[in-house]
Amino acid sequence: MNPLDRFKSVWNDPNDYARKRKQQTGRKILGYFCSYAPEELIHAAGLWPFRLLGTKGEIRMADTHLQSYCCSLVRGGLEAALNGSLDFLDGAVFPHTCDSIQRLSDIWRLNAGFAHHFDAVLPVRLDTPSARQYMIDVLNEFRQELADAFGTEISDDAVWQAIGDYNRIREKLSTLYELRSRAPGLFDPSTVHRIMTAAMVMERREFSEQITAFLEGVEPDAAGRSDTGRKRVVLSGGICTHPDIYELLARAGADVVWDDLCTGARYFEGRIAEDGTDPLAALADRYMERTVCPAKHQDITVRGRALVDMVRHQQAGGVIFLLLKFCDPHAFDYPYLKKFLDEAGIPSLLLEIEEQPPPEGQLMTRFETFVDMLA
Amino acid sequence: MAENEKKHDPEKEKRKIQAVSRMKEIMTDYYIEAKGAREKGRKVAWITSGGPVEPLIAMDVIPVYPENHGAMIGASKMGAQLCEQAEEMGYSRDLCSYARADIGDAVAKTGPIGGLPEPDMLVCCNNICGTVLKWYETAARFFNVPLFILDTPFIHREFTDSARKYVLAQIYEYISFLETHCGRKMDYERMEEVGRLSVEATQLWQSVLDTCAHKPAPMTAFDAFFHLALIVTLRGTQVTVDYYRQLLDELNDRIDRGIAMVPNEKYRLLWDNLPVWYRTRWLSDKFAGHDAALVADTYTSAWSGMLPEMNGQSFLEAMSETYTKVYINISIDRMFDIVAGMIQKYDVDGMVMHSNRSCKPYSLGQYDLRQMIMDRLGVPTLIIEADMVDERNFSESQIDTRIDAFMETLKS
Ligand code: SF4
Ligand code: SF4
Ligand code: SF4
Repeated sequence: MNPLDRFKSVWNDPNDYARKRKQQTGRKILGYFCSYAPEELIHAAGLWPFRLLGTKGEIRMADTHLQSYCCSLVRGGLEAALNGSLDFLDGAVFPHTCDSIQRLSDIWRLNAGFAHHFDAVLPVRLDTPSARQYMIDVLNEFRQELADAFGTEISDDAVWQAIGDYNRIREKLSTLYELRSRAPGLFDPSTVHRIMTAAMVMERREFSEQITAFLEGVEPDAAGRSDTGRKRVVLSGGICTHPDIYELLARAGADVVWDDLCTGARYFEGRIAEDGTDPLAALADRYMERTVCPAKHQDITVRGRALVDMVRHQQAGGVIFLLLKFCDPHAFDYPYLKKFLDEAGIPSLLLEIEEQPPPEGQLMTRFETFVDMLA
Repeated sequence: MAENEKKHDPEKEKRKIQAVSRMKEIMTDYYIEAKGAREKGRKVAWITSGGPVEPLIAMDVIPVYPENHGAMIGASKMGAQLCEQAEEMGYSRDLCSYARADIGDAVAKTGPIGGLPEPDMLVCCNNICGTVLKWYETAARFFNVPLFILDTPFIHREFTDSARKYVLAQIYEYISFLETHCGRKMDYERMEEVGRLSVEATQLWQSVLDTCAHKPAPMTAFDAFFHLALIVTLRGTQVTVDYYRQLLDELNDRIDRGIAMVPNEKYRLLWDNLPVWYRTRWLSDKFAGHDAALVADTYTSAWSGMLPEMNGQSFLEAMSETYTKVYINISIDRMFDIVAGMIQKYDVDGMVMHSNRSCKPYSLGQYDLRQMIMDRLGVPTLIIEADMVDERNFSESQIDTRIDAFMETLKS
């Protein structure tokens, strides 16, 4: 299977991939929901971090535990845990983010029945020395708990090694994004999204090999075929996990050239310094410096400024907000982000996603209307 | 609680809590003072309901509570209207209705007191939810004033040493924040005195709630919702201590004289979550009609739960643990332990849970909590779906039927 087909098949059924690959490698798998889950430590422990993305199916079993006014990632994640589709997991880790994930952790621990459960209650503020110190402490505690639970040791060297592995992967993903931004037509519209999904669920060594091979195979675009003639947009949000709207947008006449999604650019944003003395401090510093998630606190206008800068830097014509219904942190930021864009003269479109994205026809009309407005 | 006296009914008159009028007086004075703060050169800080108010009192800053304001908006039935105002500004209808109503009113100023006094600074403690973090960030941008965040890590299992260190460090950061923005040093002796008053008021509040362990209960949770305002807003002042002493005396006197709030109290219920502010009267009558008294609740007791374990520490030191361990900053299993304790203490026959779509940290997890209560304690539990302020999310006929059905099972 060539790398692209591999990515597509993983994207299509991550659980099936995990189950089979686990059989081959015997590697234990730890699930996680959020980009603040310290994957590097999981990787350093010899485990395989697996991003949980909710469920594509119907929600039934989770209804006994969660009210309807809860985002579909949390509901879908619990559904998957209860209905057996995550049977390959050895456990999960919950870094503290929003109120819903916080309760999901309890409900999961009490009902899902996996062998291991971790809470890494990271700070909510990411702007003070005391918060940084606390973050380092929590990372240390998590490292210890992991080591105890799986009967291993996680040496500083192992963490440095994992940091190196992750930096390499993040560099590759960053290259991928740069390539697409420069020449959107190099890839099919949803290719990058699929690769990103694969990056968060695949056994990382395999992913690393595959992405390297994939990038080596990308032909420089001599003939200029990669100029699609479509308009350029940026996605913002929204969605701890997000749907595949790229094809549809392309048909409506726009290419996604960048985003600030956790399952997108935020995943690879920020290198971890490899020349320090404390690897956990190095991990903490990436979290402290990376543009903040709305569930965390930093400079109160940084997200707005970053978004406007991104649009300008990417020479995009507009922004599409993807917000998951019942997602409080993002919904609270939307009005101010929109205001920043308005003031900068950047058009935007809000797409609120419920359990399923809106019907295709309706979405298409909205996209077309929006794309027509763009410069 | 609006006291619309229509006809003079001596039976009802006898059951009224006299202290109510004193409470209204104190709250009115307090809001007048807060509204006039600017002219008097005093600073106003907005603070979250679970936030450490004591340092503000010690620094002579007037604390103002947007959540208390939210409750007033709800009780005045202005919730939907002000929420819509915020929705027009782009805030999703699914956000907490305290936040929406308050954001709406900050712009419209059409609420019950014509807008809250504007803040000179904001103090947000996230021990109650992540909503307040976002809400206060919004306010900080809107009013362009400094914001202090006290980050109290959620307790899934235990309050760790690293969390203790982190919160304590922030308490001192909080004090420097106040010193900077008040242009004055903290008087630590005064601080300890305020702390002492705060502890005293908290103990008194606990005693007030404890009177409901008596059968029949001299007041109900609906009264507690009303009398709560002072322990939230003016904890750490002498006025509050005096007031709760007065209230406690009155309640003890009622016990002595055999005055019950619900005339033929037969069933004793425990309420979970925030009140439905725009329907307290209706719900109170509804339950009383079934001879049921809400003898306790997890909401108002969250403040008596904030009694610090001093263990020879200073108030500030003790605070870090107290403020982190509040009722909704802990896991479902820890919540269960507290609820189980209350069920026993108040000898409760059933539980009523308000599944409040505004408040995710309080409401998500209720289904599991309910299951634990029924399985482990055999206490029947009813869930009603509503919202504390946004009356568009209240279906009277549905709730009416559910309460009737629940009471039937209790009676059988
Ligand atoms: S948006 Fe925030 S909560 Fe969601 S995955 Fe990203 S970092 Fe985590
Ligand atoms: S989508 Fe929003 S509500 Fe859901 S888990 Fe992520 S941050 Fe929380
Ligand atoms: S009602 Fe709940 S979500 Fe709203 S401010 Fe209070 S604790 Fe937070």
